[in-house]
Amino acid sequence: MAKYKMQIMVCSGTGCNASLSNELLDNLIYEIEANALENDVQAIKTGCFGLCEKGPIVKVMPDNTFYTRVKPEDAREIIAGHIMKGRKVERLLFTDPETREYITDTKRIGLYKKQVRIALRNCGFIDPENIDDSIARDAYQALGKVLTEMTPEEAVREIIDAGLRGRGGGGFPAGIKWEIAARNKADQKYVVCNADEGDPGAFMDRSILEGDPHSVLEAMAICGYCIGASKGLIYIRAEYPLAIHRLKVAIGQAREYGLLGNNIMDTGFSFDIDLRYGAGAFVCGEETALIHSMEGLRGEPTVKPPFPAESGFLGKPTNVNNVETFACVPPIYIRGAKWFSSIGTGRSKGTKVFALAGKVNNVGLVEVPMGTTLREVIFEIGGGIKGGKKFKAVQTGGPSGGCLTEKHLDTPIDFDNLLAAGSMMGSGGMIVLDEDDCMVSVAKYFLEFTVEESCGKCSPCRIGNKRLHELLEHITKGNGTEADLVRLRNMSNVIKDTSLCGLGQSSPNPVLSTLQNFMDEYMAHVVGKKCPAGSCKDLMMYVINATNCVGCTACARVCPVNAISGERKLPHLIDPGICIKCGACMEKCKFDAITIQ
Amino acid sequence: MSKVKTLADLKRLKNELKAKVELREKGDNPEGRVVIKIGMATSGIASGAREIMAFLTEELDKRNIDAVVIQTGDMGYCFAEPTIEVKRPGEEPILFGYVDRQKADEIIEKYIKNGELVEGILPDNYQSID
Repeated sequence: MAKYKMQIMVCSGTGCNASLSNELLDNLIYEIEANALENDVQAIKTGCFGLCEKGPIVKVMPDNTFYTRVKPEDAREIIAGHIMKGRKVERLLFTDPETREYITDTKRIGLYKKQVRIALRNCGFIDPENIDDSIARDAYQALGKVLTEMTPEEAVREIIDAGLRGRGGGGFPAGIKWEIAARNKADQKYVVCNADEGDPGAFMDRSILEGDPHSVLEAMAICGYCIGASKGLIYIRAEYPLAIHRLKVAIGQAREYGLLGNNIMDTGFSFDIDLRYGAGAFVCGEETALIHSMEGLRGEPTVKPPFPAESGFLGKPTNVNNVETFACVPPIYIRGAKWFSSIGTGRSKGTKVFALAGKVNNVGLVEVPMGTTLREVIFEIGGGIKGGKKFKAVQTGGPSGGCLTEKHLDTPIDFDNLLAAGSMMGSGGMIVLDEDDCMVSVAKYFLEFTVEESCGKCSPCRIGNKRLHELLEHITKGNGTEADLVRLRNMSNVIKDTSLCGLGQSSPNPVLSTLQNFMDEYMAHVVGKKCPAGSCKDLMMYVINATNCVGCTACARVCPVNAISGERKLPHLIDPGICIKCGACMEKCKFDAITIQ
Repeated sequence: MSKVKTLADLKRLKNELKAKVELREKGDNPEGRVVIKIGMATSGIASGAREIMAFLTEELDKRNIDAVVIQTGDMGYCFAEPTIEVKRPGEEPILFGYVDRQKADEIIEKYIKNGELVEGILPDNYQSID
């Protein structure tokens, strides 16, 4: 095997792919060959590096150089400059959001400083379509160890001792789930991987499947051994074509190597995995709905019990875990339950991957130990608020979660603390909001999502969420009253208490938590008919200040609906009846004469 | 036919494949390893820096020394090319000039292995900022 002196890693996740990282990789390979460097330098594709906003990402090893926003045509400069002459291409280097200085070394990028990567250990490191890369990084070693050295009971105990909890939302202890499924006797059992990632803006599961598919396959096989199942199914949404492709390649290679299939490693244990596609319904992330969808039925939840561990897919005992939960499993066997449980807080062990989005400088995927504070995640890893604006809130847990404010910034993030603060871990979405975001509109946005995604089976969720959304619409239009706020709260509580599944039970959370933390904003909307953040269009008016206006007519010319009138060199006037509040005039005015009221 | 019939097969395969990701692993964790930087600017290349780099990578590997070999830009010692900077774990880096194969071999055997200084050290007039 050729011993390479340098390796150029190109991200080939969905985000970077969309910005032509494939073409970039081809160009790099072409340049390497054109310069006869193919014995010394290798260009490979990897999974996600996490800094998706600044993609396509290229990392050069072993000097740890981190390039961002690399275009296909930059390949020549990277090869001719950096690779051949040791001159790093400065304009492509990552710049520190605060000091505006180039950072050459990945280790000094704030985004990576506080991260501990367990679930993402191989993302951005290995070529996900080459099983050899995975095996070199210990893939299937944990499976081998479990199959040859441990009984199923001992293997389950290891997961219980590690304290691994479900990463998909609820946080149920994974080991206990396995134990229950193992106890139920049946001729056939199933291991299901829930890859129906549905929270808006969340993409941790996708990145794991795209960057390190074997970690999930291996963990599913281990789970199969633990509970006595020989069949695994991955329920994945059809809108993740790249993840599906990588999974298919990975399953094919694992079968070819004999790591899936009959009599794995000559231990008598057989396990194989198939894919099932979902059509992208949010409710199908709920395990009973997911199972019905896999059976070809409508994706609707049913009452638990019976739990899937007793009667799941085709009426057989079924264990359902989320992608990230599975990805944490193999390292637990390799490094031990003690190691895993030494990371994290009291009842939340290990790490959690968050999809950091919204008004932060470093948008992307981060994995931190449980117990890291929101301040560390947002200001140190996330690089602070965009444009130096003021932090207002952070929304965690997606449509099922809530908003946390300034006073929660130093709360260590774990399952229990987030619940106590009125939000939840969820699957790990983290949307940062600044002073320009209206909290009523944020609640409305999430309700809009749940109204659309409610399956309609039970009335509290189907009708209640719709009514909640109407009330919020009412308020943002300036028609709300104080009585509406009381109704909002009461109805939310009823929906929470009476809905059939997790979707309805958690859908009012964004409303309740904003009511609790931002009552003043709601009051401003219903009493003062004002939106303090200046984002509800119906509650604001563009007004021209006559003393500042010089009558230059710039605003009148840019107005798309001719709402502005006035003589040249005389103060102008906006007709609020015609104005559509697009803000074009305010942007154009050089004299700060136009304000929002 | 399946490649991995037993756990022993898998372990052997892993060892065979280790080299594939070694470079990346070393680059990710240079702490505790010998880090060698080679000046690879025009003057360095003209004086044979590329050959020295290949020599060092191969020899360090052959002699089982855990090291990262990194190419870097001009270090400012064009009169003494090829120039290399060697940093033993936990120590200050030391610069060597006029490094040919023989000198490189001596540096590996004496300095890298035993911390014994050899001829050819350049006075450093810079500091690396971390």
